[in-house]
Amino acid sequence: MIALEKRPQPSQFWTFAAPIVAVILTMIFGAALFGLLGKPPIEALGKIFWEPLFGEFNFFYLPQLLIKGAPLVAIALGLSLGFKAGIWNIGAEGQYIIGALCGAGVALALYPMEARWLIFPAMLFAGAFGGFAWAMIPGVLRVKFGTNEILVSLMLVYVAEQLLASMALGLMKNPEGFGFPGSRNLSQYSSASSWIDQSNGMHWGVVIALIGVIFAYILFAKHILGFQIKLAGQAPRAAAFSGVSPARLILFCLGTSGALAGLAGLTEVAGPAGLVSIDFNVGYGFTAIIVAFLGRLHPVGILFAGALMALTYIGGDVAQSSLGLPKAAIQVFQGMLLFFLLGVDVLTNYRVRIKQGVVA
Amino acid sequence: MFGSIDPLLLLASLMVAATPILLAAIGELVVERSGVLNLGVEGMMITGSIVGFIAAITTGSPWLGFIAAALSGAAISLLFGILTQYLMSNQVATGLALTLFGLGLAALLGQGYLGVKAPAFPDWHIPLLGDIPVIGPIIFQHDPMVYVGLAIVAGVWWFLKKTRAGLVLRAVGENHEAAHALGYHVVRTRLLAIMFGGACAGLGGAYLSIVRVPTYADSLTAGAGWIALAIVVFASWKPGRLLLGAYLFGGVTVLQLNLQAAGVQFPVILLALSLIAVGVAGLISLWRKDRLKSLGSAVSVALVAGGTICIPLLSGKMAPLKVEYLSMSPYIATILVLVIMSASGAPGSLGKIFHASR
Repeated sequence: MIALEKRPQPSQFWTFAAPIVAVILTMIFGAALFGLLGKPPIEALGKIFWEPLFGEFNFFYLPQLLIKGAPLVAIALGLSLGFKAGIWNIGAEGQYIIGALCGAGVALALYPMEARWLIFPAMLFAGAFGGFAWAMIPGVLRVKFGTNEILVSLMLVYVAEQLLASMALGLMKNPEGFGFPGSRNLSQYSSASSWIDQSNGMHWGVVIALIGVIFAYILFAKHILGFQIKLAGQAPRAAAFSGVSPARLILFCLGTSGALAGLAGLTEVAGPAGLVSIDFNVGYGFTAIIVAFLGRLHPVGILFAGALMALTYIGGDVAQSSLGLPKAAIQVFQGMLLFFLLGVDVLTNYRVRIKQGVVA
Repeated sequence: MFGSIDPLLLLASLMVAATPILLAAIGELVVERSGVLNLGVEGMMITGSIVGFIAAITTGSPWLGFIAAALSGAAISLLFGILTQYLMSNQVATGLALTLFGLGLAALLGQGYLGVKAPAFPDWHIPLLGDIPVIGPIIFQHDPMVYVGLAIVAGVWWFLKKTRAGLVLRAVGENHEAAHALGYHVVRTRLLAIMFGGACAGLGGAYLSIVRVPTYADSLTAGAGWIALAIVVFASWKPGRLLLGAYLFGGVTVLQLNLQAAGVQFPVILLALSLIAVGVAGLISLWRKDRLKSLGSAVSVALVAGGTICIPLLSGKMAPLKVEYLSMSPYIATILVLVIMSASGAPGSLGKIFHASR
């Protein structure tokens, strides 16, 4: 009889190996899925994972890796703080939208003034603050009323989406846009554009994501707050006795993740997306949940996981245009990845033992 | 101002609007009473909605559609069950995975079915009862699934309260170590509960695509699964109160849709909405022991929420209220309700991992 035995400490080996095994399993089952859809399985995998990196047109796809990876990494970093402490912010998509709206609002209010030194920093501040404030709603409600932050943060995604729709069609609509929905183009407004080098996919969101990785690494490796976050997640009672304030921790984790998501949203809207439109958000806030887990809630891991997830987005587009693979197949693929990761993870915390003839 | 809204029609559509949430919520209630938190309701609902829709279209029978939806919901919930019960994965993370996976799967399956119309599912005109004036059209002239939903709620109440198996399920949910020590099968009980929850969520989703809308569209559920989760909290894990909660939300949904159609001017509607919020909050606080405190917090929250809606609107002078702000109301109402009903009465082992070490 096969039995599981709890390990005294999580296995070092499986901590690293689990994501890799999960990716391999997902590729195998993904290939089977593509086969079921009537697409050549191996070729489809090649289109997704090989073509964007080493194919003929990789000069076009590699910059996309930065563009798609940056928001995923930035949001996932923020989420990982809370996930470590058992605080579940799953409304990053909403914070992303509100950050973008606040930052874009600053730029649109000052248009057509040219003062990059003033406008762009003000946008960054507004974007971060918008995301922060939106995340504070579940934060404060949790601290003051004990409200479930999972449900509140998620409900606020739908509220934010409606707000975005009303802004794109109303207040922020381009007055010179011939009646089309959507705001002025921010990426072409030189004081507001988040591009640094458009041809290489470099924009301020990439810089923010990388700085975020460094800060998160230092936080967990060197700072007492990082230790407290881990402690609160693993042993809440011990954390309480050692004087960690749960309220402060909740507000810090939610606030930071909100601010990072807001910054990601702002840099997206002022760069790759270009303008505030009804559907400029493409679900990075939800995919970032997968990125955070796949990266083992570790800053460096998240960097790699973000790159991999960005690759599935880009490769999915390649496979869509060349093989006609439906876009939704990539969504299923990403969902499968999280399932496999969570399943394989049992080996990190448990040992498989073969027992003989014991009555359960 | 409200002249274009027929109160009778409003009340009649309330039961229909509440049914999908009611079905999903009653399933989740059983799951949570067994000590498992499955956040994948949204994913199971959307899976049920597309599988049920396809089955109904291909066979031409809505009933077969509902059966297929329940089976598919149970099947996909089993993924969650195996991961959390046998592989001891984190329930929150696995539930999220189930939602993300379900949304993708439904989008994939639904490609050829966008905009197709579902086969007709005629209303039941219950003889005698349906002929009662006023009450008849409100309560007794709906499609059969409305009553199936009510029957499931009654069945769950009876099961949890009056049967031995229901007692075991509650024991497993309150304290899985103790239940295990008494010789009950914790994992088996939970797997069955999870599958029941999946089947109910599937039914709820199919009700959306076959009866309520009645067509399939991407992101058809639009958060209904999450609202169902909130209603379970609102109901303090009790079936009776769950029914009330679902009808309350059905009411909010119907009202905002009607207001959208009527194009009511802004000040009136704001007044109406905040009045409803305060009224509902007051009603709920009557149940609670610390009435004054919760009433105070309810009113303050209602005022804050009203205020936040006001600010963007005031800049738009007195223009008719935009559709988007009305569409927010079910979600804002959910948040309000969650604030007022702080989680009391949650099963003791809710969300905890069970691993029998011996």
